[in-house]
Amino acid sequence: MTNLLQRILPTVQKPARYTGGEWGEIKKNLEDVRVRVAFCFPDTYEIGMSNLGMRILYGVMNEMDGVWCERVFAPWGDMEDAMREHNLPLWALESQNAVKDFDMIAFTIGYEMAYSNILNMLNLAGVPLHAKDRQGLKNMVFAGGVCAFNPEPLAEFIDFFSLGEGEEITVEIVALYDKAKAEEWSKERFLREVAKIPGVYVPSLYRHEYNADGTLSAIVPLEGAPETVTKRIVEDLDNAYWPTKMIVPSTEIVHDRANLEVFRGCIRGCRFCQAGFSCRPVRKKSPEVLYKQAMETMEYSGHNEITLSSLSTSDYRGLKELTDELIPYCAENRINLSVPSLRADNFSRELMEKLQTVRKSGLTFAPEAGTQRLRDVINKNLTEDEILNTCANAFSGGWNNVKLYFMLGLPTETDEDVLGIAELVYKVIKTWQANAVNKKRGLRVHVATAYFVPKPHTPFQWEKQITPEEYLRRCRLLKSHFYSKSITYDYHGPDLSRLEAVFARGDRRLGPVIEEAVKNGAKLDGWDEYFNYSKWFDALNECGIDADFYTTRGYGEDEVLPWDTIDVGVKKKFLLKERHRAYEATVTPDCRHGCAGCGANCLLKEVECDA
Amino acid sequence: MPRLLFEKKGNAVWISHLDLMRLFQRAFKRAGLPLTHTQGFNPRPSVSIALPLSVGVESGCELLDFDLDGVIIPCKDIMERLNCALTDGVRVLDVYENGAKIKHLSYLDCCLTLEYDRGVAAGTVENMKALFCRDEVIVEKKGKNGIVEQNIIPMIRNLTVEQAGEKEVKIHARVCCQNPSLNPMQLSAAIDKYLPEVKPDFVRCCRVEVYDEQENVFR
Repeated sequence: MTNLLQRILPTVQKPARYTGGEWGEIKKNLEDVRVRVAFCFPDTYEIGMSNLGMRILYGVMNEMDGVWCERVFAPWGDMEDAMREHNLPLWALESQNAVKDFDMIAFTIGYEMAYSNILNMLNLAGVPLHAKDRQGLKNMVFAGGVCAFNPEPLAEFIDFFSLGEGEEITVEIVALYDKAKAEEWSKERFLREVAKIPGVYVPSLYRHEYNADGTLSAIVPLEGAPETVTKRIVEDLDNAYWPTKMIVPSTEIVHDRANLEVFRGCIRGCRFCQAGFSCRPVRKKSPEVLYKQAMETMEYSGHNEITLSSLSTSDYRGLKELTDELIPYCAENRINLSVPSLRADNFSRELMEKLQTVRKSGLTFAPEAGTQRLRDVINKNLTEDEILNTCANAFSGGWNNVKLYFMLGLPTETDEDVLGIAELVYKVIKTWQANAVNKKRGLRVHVATAYFVPKPHTPFQWEKQITPEEYLRRCRLLKSHFYSKSITYDYHGPDLSRLEAVFARGDRRLGPVIEEAVKNGAKLDGWDEYFNYSKWFDALNECGIDADFYTTRGYGEDEVLPWDTIDVGVKKKFLLKERHRAYEATVTPDCRHGCAGCGANCLLKEVECDA
Repeated sequence: MPRLLFEKKGNAVWISHLDLMRLFQRAFKRAGLPLTHTQGFNPRPSVSIALPLSVGVESGCELLDFDLDGVIIPCKDIMERLNCALTDGVRVLDVYENGAKIKHLSYLDCCLTLEYDRGVAAGTVENMKALFCRDEVIVEKKGKNGIVEQNIIPMIRNLTVEQAGEKEVKIHARVCCQNPSLNPMQLSAAIDKYLPEVKPDFVRCCRVEVYDEQENVFR
């Protein structure tokens, strides 16, 4: 008789994402396995399999003797319905075993709006949601990823957080668990011991106290827990673990290509950007190592495309050397080399032309703000001349498509700045008229604006978010100034970004809100098909939480911040200085033009910051 | 153009037609077998699969045409190298230097396994046999222009029904697979429609063999 899952599969969309069995999947003999880890990604297979961090840590854990790490993804709604109807608990892809039978359950969290998926996945797995309801070592739930830099909204659900880059810390955590399991420790003992691993944050070892006005008054470490927990980094990327034998999905995923990370950290210091500050310091990888890894990756995977990734690939010092070697190899083997997030400088323009021999992709800019003044405020060092020059070049080279991304609601933004976006777009159109080689096809300018979300560990971490009404007014104001048929203007409704702002800077009182929203059916909030603001609105009301407290209120500079326990390397004093420079519209040059003294270099012991 | 025969079994049956083409393109690359590419704006490696197989259907007789770029490699080596580069459930069974023209592909043998969790009811096999002896059995078919009704009987070359154990009924059939073509799952749809009282709990479908106009095995 055909088993239950096999009977369900014909009834759901894209069944191949639920079966595993891809090229490069790691299977182990259970007799040799002492610790089983269910590595959960709180979104669908297509999104999760595109995540580089998950692929690295999958490899890292499976390199460990006696440890088997398997993958788990959030099911799409049709599969979830079938699972609930037939009482089929969430399973891991490799063994098809139920997640509730695993020793450790790990999550990697890159986006606040995935919080509902975490709870929903635990629920689908049949694992108690609250850390306190999970007794013993079994089903130890831990999490990492960017969202772990303010993990408080998840504090009551996750046993502990792993901060920063996971290559080394994950091994230490899993090895400790291996020992604890062999020696039959209690959960309490394990949590006390794991808290001693640098970079591990155990929320139950901290008490949060509040003032009458709702702000935090103190964060009290308990049982000898450290006052702050500092994120972990890998110092020597050339010798760090890198998975050249990566899984090749049998069904199409979002980033369906090989991916090579060229360096870590960012020299730019855009004041709104969480990754830009929280991923510091800058550490390089040598072109020789990268070239070798690229070869191995391509030969193992059979992909016909490889992407060089980082926060700002133009800033990679070895880019010319690496691409000079890679381009001939890729051309010969019919491999597309894609280099996203290039800056609008001269070398990038040359590189773009060389890459064109393979395929012509679109041209995308993220000026973020419409006027130079506001771009100075946010420290986005991209000038109008740079944008227009690059456009002119591209248009004369045959491009007819430009995407321009902006944010609305940035600190100090006025209507003049909003209308500056329209002006910039018109200048792009004029540039096309002056430079286009083939005007018959017409020009498409795609403009998108996002609703600014202040993020922890950035100079804007104290800022107010503008109200949703004000955001919409600015969108409409901008829209009313777009007259050309060449322009497509997209803006999203404010609801999702408002919630993102709530949870990004949220505290422990938001745990019940997530739980309530999930009870109401919130899930897959990153997907338009599923996002339903009313479920969250109701949950906030039900729990007596005022979203404005976290969004439009703004945080005081003297206020205790929920994420004060977490140290990402960049000092709070530096962030504050940057905030005040923003108000003066003073730019801070990139790190290569002089160290601004952010403090992240203190995380390095063996090497110097490579900014 | 060279052709290979492969099977698609186990969890690989859930891989869609388009994904399977991509899977083979990558497997050729992994195996160090460079494919020629199509001309045009977006050059694609030239592989083509004869009859797209529905998701969920098993097969032991899939045909894939490919064209290697420049190199001449013995068929046996191609097979061995590909099988080392393919995922579980997809396996090359044979490689031919040249395949017959696809237009001669006419029939296929299929096997449907009908599962009855509470046992096969008395008379089920007889009723099914009688159903497929009718002159007309109309089943809805989803086409490009919406749903159309079609009589499936003229497209059935021969068909047997037999009970296999207490809980299974097996239908073996030879049906048209090109101009016109009958999706074997339509046989199951006919049972659901005409014999709702013996609607199975689950149906497994397998493509067994393909034939030309003269009903010789097609390669």
